[in-house]
Amino acid sequence: MSTHSLLLFIGVCALATFATRIIPFVALAKHADHPLILHLGRYLPPTVMMILVIYALRDFRPLLDGRLNAGATGWPMIAAALIVALLHLWRRNALLSIIGGTGAYMAMVQLGWMG
Amino acid sequence: MSLPYAWKEAGKLTLPVMFGYLPLGAAYGILAVEVGMPWWAAVMMSLVIYAGAGQFLAVALLAAGAGLMELAVATLMLNSRHLFYGLSLLKRFQGAGWRKPYLIFALTDETYSLITTLPAERAGDQALAFRVSLLNQAWWVLGSIAGVLAGTTLAFDSRGIEFALTALFIVLTLEQARRLRRWLPFAIALFTGLGALLLLPDRHLLLGAIGAASLILLLHYRLGRNPEACA
Repeated sequence: MSTHSLLLFIGVCALATFATRIIPFVALAKHADHPLILHLGRYLPPTVMMILVIYALRDFRPLLDGRLNAGATGWPMIAAALIVALLHLWRRNALLSIIGGTGAYMAMVQLGWMG
Repeated sequence: MSLPYAWKEAGKLTLPVMFGYLPLGAAYGILAVEVGMPWWAAVMMSLVIYAGAGQFLAVALLAAGAGLMELAVATLMLNSRHLFYGLSLLKRFQGAGWRKPYLIFALTDETYSLITTLPAERAGDQALAFRVSLLNQAWWVLGSIAGVLAGTTLAFDSRGIEFALTALFIVLTLEQARRLRRWLPFAIALFTGLGALLLLPDRHLLLGAIGAASLILLLHYRLGRNPEACA
């Protein structure tokens, strides 16, 4: 692949990505104070956050094709997610919750616990 | 607030993203070099595209010899969830001046999550949002460079470290719940998230769930307008 076509490839991908980010700002610039936009501004972030959690945990499938599926990364992921949530409810220290949960997950995966 | 302190504050906020972006960026860098992309092109993608899943997809399409049209359509589809992010940030980015174009450019899932979960008294602080955005991209670019340089030999066993991003989303969800004290968005997310998980293929999962959730919020707005306002 020539340098020229590689640059073109990157340019198209950059433009397409930026387009998805800037379109609402350009298209709705005059409506930032519209009650519907304020409504979405209030409720969409928590909704998206929770969806991202579900998405991040999507590899956990306790049932696959109607059978119990004890997959390799499934249970450690759920256990670590619970550790994060409990740590956070207990101490409310974001860094502690994240490091605690991630450390536990790495240990479980690398040492093959609960695999 | 002094400048070093301001960056330190942003640095602390982005630390969890660093734990996620460094290994993920490295994985991307390794993959890009493996499919034969020159190192400078791999790093350039992290500078000018800056989209995690989007860059993995681009590398895969490049390796498969896909055309530009195919690339454009696939990228638009994959990243169209960003449309909804912008919708909910219109107000917050208003009057951000010279920082605004970069704030919009750098709007990844993780940056969106951090910015929208800032405590109420910092919510309008666009300088802080800018520092958070810039640092997040710095972690991503650094990770990419490390991946490009290291190839397949990583010194330390980092298996599982990408869970940091999952942990970040869990913490931010709890913080949002504490702030909002309403069950509605979480019920909608459970409904659309689990629905998408059951009905949609992996690559359309996020867009499907976020799109459906936005529609439900729109309906909720329409229904709530007459009786006692929608809060």
